[in-house]
Amino acid sequence: MKKGRYGIHGGQYIPETLMNAVRELEEAYEFYKKDPGFQAELAELLNEYAGRPSRLYYAERMTEDLGGAKIYLKREDLNHTGAHKINNVLGQILLAKKMGKTRVIAETGAGQHGVATATAAALMGMECEVFMGEKDTKRQALNVYRMRLLGAKVHAVTSGTATLKDAVSETMREWTKRIDDTHYVLGSCMGPHPFPEIVRDFQSVISREIKEQLLEREGRLPDAVLACVGGGSNAIGAFYHFIEDESVRLIGCEAAGRGVDTAETAATIATGKLGIFHGMKSYFCQDEYGQIAPVYSISAGLDYPGVGPEHADLYDRGRAEYVPVTDDEAVDAFEYLARMEGIIPAIESAHAVAYARKLAPQMGEDQIMVINISGRGDKDCAAIARYRGEDIYE
Amino acid sequence: MSRIQEAFQDKKAFIPFITCGDPDLETTEKLVYAMEEAGASLIELGIPFSDPTAEGPVIQEANIRALLGGVTTDKIFDMAARIRQRTQIPLVFMTYANVVFSRGIGHFAKRAAEAGIDGLILPDVPFEEKEEFAGACREYGLDFISLIAPTSRERIRMIAEKASGFVYCVSSLGVTGTRSDITTDTGAMVRMVKETKKIPCAVGFGISTPEQAARIGATSDGVIVGSAIVKLCARYGRECVPYVAEYVKKMTEALA
Repeated sequence: MKKGRYGIHGGQYIPETLMNAVRELEEAYEFYKKDPGFQAELAELLNEYAGRPSRLYYAERMTEDLGGAKIYLKREDLNHTGAHKINNVLGQILLAKKMGKTRVIAETGAGQHGVATATAAALMGMECEVFMGEKDTKRQALNVYRMRLLGAKVHAVTSGTATLKDAVSETMREWTKRIDDTHYVLGSCMGPHPFPEIVRDFQSVISREIKEQLLEREGRLPDAVLACVGGGSNAIGAFYHFIEDESVRLIGCEAAGRGVDTAETAATIATGKLGIFHGMKSYFCQDEYGQIAPVYSISAGLDYPGVGPEHADLYDRGRAEYVPVTDDEAVDAFEYLARMEGIIPAIESAHAVAYARKLAPQMGEDQIMVINISGRGDKDCAAIARYRGEDIYE
Repeated sequence: MSRIQEAFQDKKAFIPFITCGDPDLETTEKLVYAMEEAGASLIELGIPFSDPTAEGPVIQEANIRALLGGVTTDKIFDMAARIRQRTQIPLVFMTYANVVFSRGIGHFAKRAAEAGIDGLILPDVPFEEKEEFAGACREYGLDFISLIAPTSRERIRMIAEKASGFVYCVSSLGVTGTRSDITTDTGAMVRMVKETKKIPCAVGFGISTPEQAARIGATSDGVIVGSAIVKLCARYGRECVPYVAEYVKKMTEALA
């Protein structure tokens, strides 16, 4: 396979202005990923600062309630800043620092990646600017405040649909303006090579831990691993070390919004087709003329018209399955996990919980399912209340 | 000699950019004739894309206006074919990879060539990814235009060696849009290209005034202007033709 390609997907479809920047990043990453000093420093940050390893929790009540597979929750919501995003951010900002960069920029959808970036930038004394769709700054106002509190400058992006896709476009534009001192901390396993690989490697700590933790507790591999998929970073992290273990079903849960038969959906694999956008060849929601579709999901973090190239390839190869989950199902699951296990998941992660509720009863009691709870749901409470017709103060 | 080569013969080329369908295709067609009349040597026709990541706000908004007006790639092919029946001015499509890819690259190149288009510029397709597109362009006799940027440095030689038609020299960091100050030594970029290959070099991004055009034209083979013209289209809508023509005339004179 060609470097930076996942089957036919991936590549580096970016303006010439950025080519030397991504090549320098690639060289630096190739060097530091093999550097024991860098890896030790990163491990220290992940363990002592972010709180890794995250717990693999046996959800006993949920298991009994659904009456099928034994369910474990991978608690990425317990990480510092409340989501898996910190795993990638600590790695990338440490790398940027080694490269001599003094400023980081990032896109954010739900705000979790922006908060993680602002956090790590504060920790490492770097300047930080975050681009967020204006619509998302409203539905995730709490996270905007958190980023400001952490010293980041937040830009509300008004172009296009004013959501995650436009935040990515605007961060790319900003990077072409100022490259020398600036690293773009891309938040998902997408964009031009080497980003999909870097983000996947930094997130793969999730599946490495799941494997170790489950082997210790159950002495075996899981039968299924479920994770939500927008760009797909928590999912690729949860899948990666199981890709070679053919007995493990890998299931990505996409945001279907109001349904895959409506225009208000963000389920890329269910409704998209092959295209080239945001630096990569992959599947995208688009019209017959290649215009990118204005997608929709209740979840700002999954509200993206594309999917990372490695997921597109896992789908092509039939190694992973991708299923659509609607807003309604996700909101139900959000409330379900809160009441059943006392865990409020991010609305993104609730998409995976929703599919688990369908799948677990079809599985045997001797089977094991792991759901990646990629983030916590505090940030979503106001939006879910609104969805249920209740107005609360954030 | 190709139409593109002719555009750079014995003169500095002025290359205006307009977004097809902003405000409508009828106006776009009129603009082409008026800009040729006013002295343009080659015209870049933008096929609108929903998410143009290399554009500043002015051209982003033109893309949105055109798409809201119902413009499609097929309608633009038809318009280009009509234009080609009336004029021999070289025409180059400027758009984004997905617009071409979604039609099928070979199909797109064939339709463009049949419509009398001379070249294709895709700002999100760098050297490393170009063959997928450039191969189809060669097959149908279109020049796939390469870009070099102020950050290209040692890449310039590699890009120049495989360049076709002309080389688009990006004058500044960042996205398209008018700038009061262009600090890059564009003359040095042009010299590096010419050390490798004898090919015309046109400089774009940020240029809007006759003074800038004269200065940058002095050390290159031509200048490309987009946002300054698109601003006139935004301001005057269907009445923009005489304003654009007047502007193109002024810029062409500054280059002469």
